Amino acid sequence: MSEMLQAIFSTSFAYSVLRVTTPLLFAALGGLVSDLAGVINIGLEGMMLAGAFAGVVVSAFTHSAFLGLVAAVASGVLMALILGYFSLKLKTDIILAGIALNLFASGGTVFLLYLVAHDKGVSTSLASKVLPQVTIPILDKIPVLGPIFSGHNVLVYVAMIAAVVVWYYLYRTPAGLRLRAVGENPNAADSVGISVHRVQFTALIISGILSGFGGAHLSMGYVSWFARDMTAGRGFIGLAAEALGGRTPVGTVLASVFFGIADALSNYLQSLSIPSEFIQAVPYALTVIALAVYARQQTRKRARLAKLSQNPEKKAA
Amino acid sequence: MKKEHVFEVVRSLVAILLAMLLGFIVTYLVSKQPGEAFQSFLTGPFTSPRRFGNLIEAAIPLTFTGLAVSMAFQAAQFNIGAEGQFFFGATAATIVGITVPAPGWLHPILALAVGGVAGAFVGWIPGVLKARWGASELVSSLMLNYVFFRVGMYLINYHYRDTTAGAMVSLPLKETSWLTQFLPPTRIHYGIFVAILAVIFTYLFLYRSRWGYALRMTGLNLPFANYSGINTTSVITYSQVISGVVAGIGGAVEMLGIYHRFQWLALPGYGFDGIIVAILARNNPLGIPLAALFLAYLRTGADIMARTTDVSAEMITVIQAVMILLVTAQAFLAGWKHRIVVKEAKQSV
Repeated sequence: MSEMLQAIFSTSFAYSVLRVTTPLLFAALGGLVSDLAGVINIGLEGMMLAGAFAGVVVSAFTHSAFLGLVAAVASGVLMALILGYFSLKLKTDIILAGIALNLFASGGTVFLLYLVAHDKGVSTSLASKVLPQVTIPILDKIPVLGPIFSGHNVLVYVAMIAAVVVWYYLYRTPAGLRLRAVGENPNAADSVGISVHRVQFTALIISGILSGFGGAHLSMGYVSWFARDMTAGRGFIGLAAEALGGRTPVGTVLASVFFGIADALSNYLQSLSIPSEFIQAVPYALTVIALAVYARQQTRKRARLAKLSQNPEKKAA
Repeated sequence: MKKEHVFEVVRSLVAILLAMLLGFIVTYLVSKQPGEAFQSFLTGPFTSPRRFGNLIEAAIPLTFTGLAVSMAFQAAQFNIGAEGQFFFGATAATIVGITVPAPGWLHPILALAVGGVAGAFVGWIPGVLKARWGASELVSSLMLNYVFFRVGMYLINYHYRDTTAGAMVSLPLKETSWLTQFLPPTRIHYGIFVAILAVIFTYLFLYRSRWGYALRMTGLNLPFANYSGINTTSVITYSQVISGVVAGIGGAVEMLGIYHRFQWLALPGYGFDGIIVAILARNNPLGIPLAALFLAYLRTGADIMARTTDVSAEMITVIQAVMILLVTAQAFLAGWKHRIVVKEAKQSV
């Protein structure tokens, strides 16, 4: 037990939490933006996977990590456009379209991987680039904080900045207000002249950009190769984090970190031969519980409001 | 048949053809032997009894998850959890197969029943949360996949693992629990009859029973069903529970019929495949086996193509994805549909 506590209260543990949280945070923020616009994005998983793949392949062929990152983000956006085209224009159910997108990415990346790397598992035969690690001056000299926050892959910091930007966009800009209005009540938004489709398309594209970053972090930072289905459910965890976080930016960040801790913890426990399955299952179970508790509160609130509107004199009393 | 129904069928066929066409174009672009690749993809499953057997074997689990998903869809509920229900049903059946001593006729029945109960439990949770408090069954059933995947892996790894085997597998199931493979050289097993029974049961339940009627009415129009006295809360719950039973039995059948020891290290994906099957069959239980056979045909063909030519089998997932997108796209060919409806209306005036 003390071994475990020692492991948890170490700077290297906190460092690894930040590292594993990053892709989850990107996915969760992407899920948040599209969810608030009223389009549930089940396709995050596929968008990330496409991003991870494009990053590796393009960086290998151009010998540029930066171009790889650009390609990762672009392919996330491309996937978002496909999702948007089918769900918004051709009226495919958004959930089914998202599932299809995930299938498409899962099969498509392996198919293409076989073409370019002649391997169906990993891309190690491609000389792909990784994104640089950043040492933050001054901060890296400070004990405790330095080893935790400095020396991460550049996308770790991009994720932190992205969280702030997403918050600002959603709550401090007119476009963010319109986006939330569309998610809250599309008909009302439409009646005041907001183009619902355009807003939702934009939300999906933002979601695609964030997923593209998340994918790039997986294959060009976290590790230096692409492996089939390497997202391993992180897109879905992103959705869970966003749900657990009560559909708010701050809650989403906290929930993502929580999932990150569970993920990092399960790695540690494995090395101490404690069943990691339970630790890994806890965040998902908690999401279900949080969802139920939240929904229960909403139901009660509605019931109370309904009662009040039936006999208004009670309100005065 | 009304022209609108004909249109739906035609539209699905066009969507399937377009998806296949896309697959062929891709094959043509990447392969040095596109002709052979097409041929082995399309005719491969019929070139030997064993290959044809593969097709039938593959269709059995797809039938179960297809039925499970369509049951939930008919109640206008999502069931993305068929994956976890299938997996946990298989886990439960494995444990019964390993630990319970029982005679040969009883053992499989017992294992299937326990698998069904396990699936029902996994399905009950999102059902009751939705029915009671309106918690999104989409998110909860998705999360439960991962919860029960871990729980299942824990049970197998820590309690029923075969430590003498080189790989991470469970102890072998007792032979009394196996569903006999009765058509050598194929691996077609008695599970096929369980699947047929499941199809008949689901059909009778949905279209010939009060509960099925209530379920379909709830799916068509929930407030209306509520006003007309249907207890929609309980309908939502039992639609998910029965869906879970069917998926759980499916997992058990796969374990007892094909594998004979638990060897999955990841979720096998049958739950998501079930969604494709349900969509292709338009949620009609009698259409489910056909859709499952069709999907199994594509899969088997793709596998054979990958083994005999230079095109990889993953092409098929791309085809499947395009199929889902087009078949479910309401606006796909909508202009044409509109003209048909207008024409019919004019004629009837």
